[in-house]
Amino acid sequence: MFAYVLRRFAGAVPTLFIIVTIAFFMIRLAPGGPFDLERPLDPLIMENLNRAYNLDKPLLYQYGHYLWNLAQGDLGPSFTRRDFSVVDLFRTGLPVSVLLGGMAISLALVLGTFLGALAALKQNTAVDYAVVGTATFGITIPPFVVAPILSLLFGVWLGWLPAGGWSSGSLRHMILPVATLALPQIAIVARLTRGATIEALRSDHVRTARAYGLPTRTVVGVHALRAAILPVVSYLGPTAAALLTGSVVVETIFGIPGIGRYFVQGALGRDYTLVMGTVVVIAVFVVVFNLIVDILYALLDPRVRYD
Amino acid sequence: MLHNVLRATVFATSLLVVNGVVIAPAMSEVIYNRGNDTDPTTLDHHKTSTIAEANLMRELYEGLVVYNAKAEVVPGVAESWEVSDDGLKYTFKLRENAKWSNGDPVKASDFVFSFQRIQDPAVAAPYANMHYAIANAESVNKGEKKPEEMGVKAVDDRTLEITLAAPTPYFLELLTHQTGLPVHQASVEKFGNDFTKPGNMVTNGAYMLESFTPNDKIVMKKNPNFHDAANVKIDVVNFIPFEDRSACLRRFEAGEVLSCSDIPAEQMDYMREKLGEQVHIAPYLGSYYLPVKVKKEKLSDPRVRHAISMAIDRDFLAKEIWRETMLPGYSIVPPGISNYNDPVFLEYKDMDILDREDKAKELLKEAGVEEGELSVELRYNTSENHKNTMTAIADMLKNIGITATLFEMEGTGYFDYMKQDGDFDITRAGWIGDYSDPQNFLFLFESDNLGFNYPRWENAEYDALMEKAETTLDLAERSKILSQAEAIFLKEVPAIPILYYSSRALVSSKLKGWEDNIQDVHATRYLSIEG
Repeated sequence: MFAYVLRRFAGAVPTLFIIVTIAFFMIRLAPGGPFDLERPLDPLIMENLNRAYNLDKPLLYQYGHYLWNLAQGDLGPSFTRRDFSVVDLFRTGLPVSVLLGGMAISLALVLGTFLGALAALKQNTAVDYAVVGTATFGITIPPFVVAPILSLLFGVWLGWLPAGGWSSGSLRHMILPVATLALPQIAIVARLTRGATIEALRSDHVRTARAYGLPTRTVVGVHALRAAILPVVSYLGPTAAALLTGSVVVETIFGIPGIGRYFVQGALGRDYTLVMGTVVVIAVFVVVFNLIVDILYALLDPRVRYD
Repeated sequence: MLHNVLRATVFATSLLVVNGVVIAPAMSEVIYNRGNDTDPTTLDHHKTSTIAEANLMRELYEGLVVYNAKAEVVPGVAESWEVSDDGLKYTFKLRENAKWSNGDPVKASDFVFSFQRIQDPAVAAPYANMHYAIANAESVNKGEKKPEEMGVKAVDDRTLEITLAAPTPYFLELLTHQTGLPVHQASVEKFGNDFTKPGNMVTNGAYMLESFTPNDKIVMKKNPNFHDAANVKIDVVNFIPFEDRSACLRRFEAGEVLSCSDIPAEQMDYMREKLGEQVHIAPYLGSYYLPVKVKKEKLSDPRVRHAISMAIDRDFLAKEIWRETMLPGYSIVPPGISNYNDPVFLEYKDMDILDREDKAKELLKEAGVEEGELSVELRYNTSENHKNTMTAIADMLKNIGITATLFEMEGTGYFDYMKQDGDFDITRAGWIGDYSDPQNFLFLFESDNLGFNYPRWENAEYDALMEKAETTLDLAERSKILSQAEAIFLKEVPAIPILYYSSRALVSSKLKGWEDNIQDVHATRYLSIEG
């Protein structure tokens, strides 16, 4: 198992290298540059700026320079937030995003599987319909609608919770953003769990377990749910990577200092290093979470072995 | 189970108590949560250019002269000044009690250092040209002359002498810009680029930097060493960036922020009804116009451009599209500007829109354009309001038999495209004045201004008048010359003025001392919080 993990990490290096290379040249293809503002700069000043940021050098030189720094863990200076290096920005922003995303994922996992399993066990009853109906609703309403409504309802009209802000991560400020992030995930997880549980309940090994006369609790809890959780795990891998690296919508609407906005702000402002940094971070998360999914599979599904 | 609930309650209660204790002493401080447009690129003001940045720098630093609550130029670090008869030499007397936040006195040499630094090519200041009026500044910025050769000298610790290359009637206005603010020489030399970090930063304004969390807030604390600290009533300012104006509105309604630097215009009716007087809309120093590529055969005739201009119902745009957050515009220089006694406007300013459409059709016929023959492309950068404006204009042009198509471009590439003499028909652009003087608007269309003259319009007479105005000392005389220049511009309309900007803000009724002004500057030192 350990050797497998090592092999996977080694395999991730070329993947990351390719991603970085494609991203580096793609962002440069976009018209304009980091210093093209609504108000064009004096050509002389533009020249000074380009020189200060090495943008006057050949692209291949800049690429080599970037890779060299990247290998040393330096993501370069930000062009649009010049008091910070990209690493500085992630150092303060990433924990915030990971905290919010982690809470949302945990909530989705616990509530989603519970509701999904409940619906499956009570298939075709009012409970089932309620869960499936709510889940469909949760999936179809996008976060950019949910977030302002929650903020308006609980922040402005009822005044129970802050309408926005982060306040160094106080619990009160986290409730609405986490709810916004978690709602669609709870819905999806519930649906996945429901489907998989219904299937698992009819499977041979569950029937065998029943035939042995095992108590229902053991049959459902151990044998059925363990099989039913597999599609949820494979879904949550990439989803966790996405949620933990922040959400543009939730961060903008609630004013949260995570890293989700950097990708969009960086791309629009042609902040090459910031975009690249975000790409690298997201890529690393995706690679790591795919690996975690594979390991979880081995633990959950006795048929999977990585030796 | 009950036991657990009980324990949780005890725990929660104790948390509340702890919080209460922590919060209690902070309550005595007056805290102002202030919405700002966005985060700054940097807090090194020599490298800044935006209005959001100017709002921050105004709190941290004090220049030689400053804007008061009404945006009038009043003494800042300089307590008085004299101007030589030829208008070339300014001698500033610095106030004795001007101090940096670490207690150092503010000396004339700080300004010399600062003015030299902004022209240093290595600093690459985007707004270095704001100071090109100073003798030799431009050559220093180009690396042709040494910084010491610039026309800024410290006669003694409290006397600063600035020599200009040409008389610049708006020079004091220029000095209110963030480029005119000083930096603390010792900390810049000690920390290099890190001098803007909290803890390193030494400022001479009413406030000093406490912390800066990107996309969260910038916290400033009252500077006890500020010479007018006795009259500064707010202890802490939290500048909160809002990219989403609706988010600011919600937090304003929830009482979490006391002012928003902008408002979601589409919710104008709702805000007027719910917030009443707290919605502030004031004329602002800016124009919104449509550059026309005059080189193009089909648009080269001024009569065609006037026909297009006449067909545009500016009242509709201002009222329906911009929900009264813009004002109908008939000139490139916005009204209410300083040093402009005889403003000129398009002659059909007061004509009824239906009459204007008839006149437009006549003009098109005179120019030999048959109905339905002319089609133009309206290009704009991504934004709901720009899109709606252009869509409405396309519809208005239909009324005079011109077919208009729409073309949307993403922001960064858009301005680059116009600057690079892109192949457009008609685009949109906006300009906010850096200082209150008509020159700051009219220079946009000088023939050699390749950065801003998007239409690539060339007019020798206009250029000559602009040049003449630059050397005219008598302000009344200069105002006349600039009016003549704008009259030529409005006769040729290489760019069609359609709207004037207005400043929009939400200001809580608890926040006192906020005066609407054309520059939209509201330093916290003049504000106070009640109730």
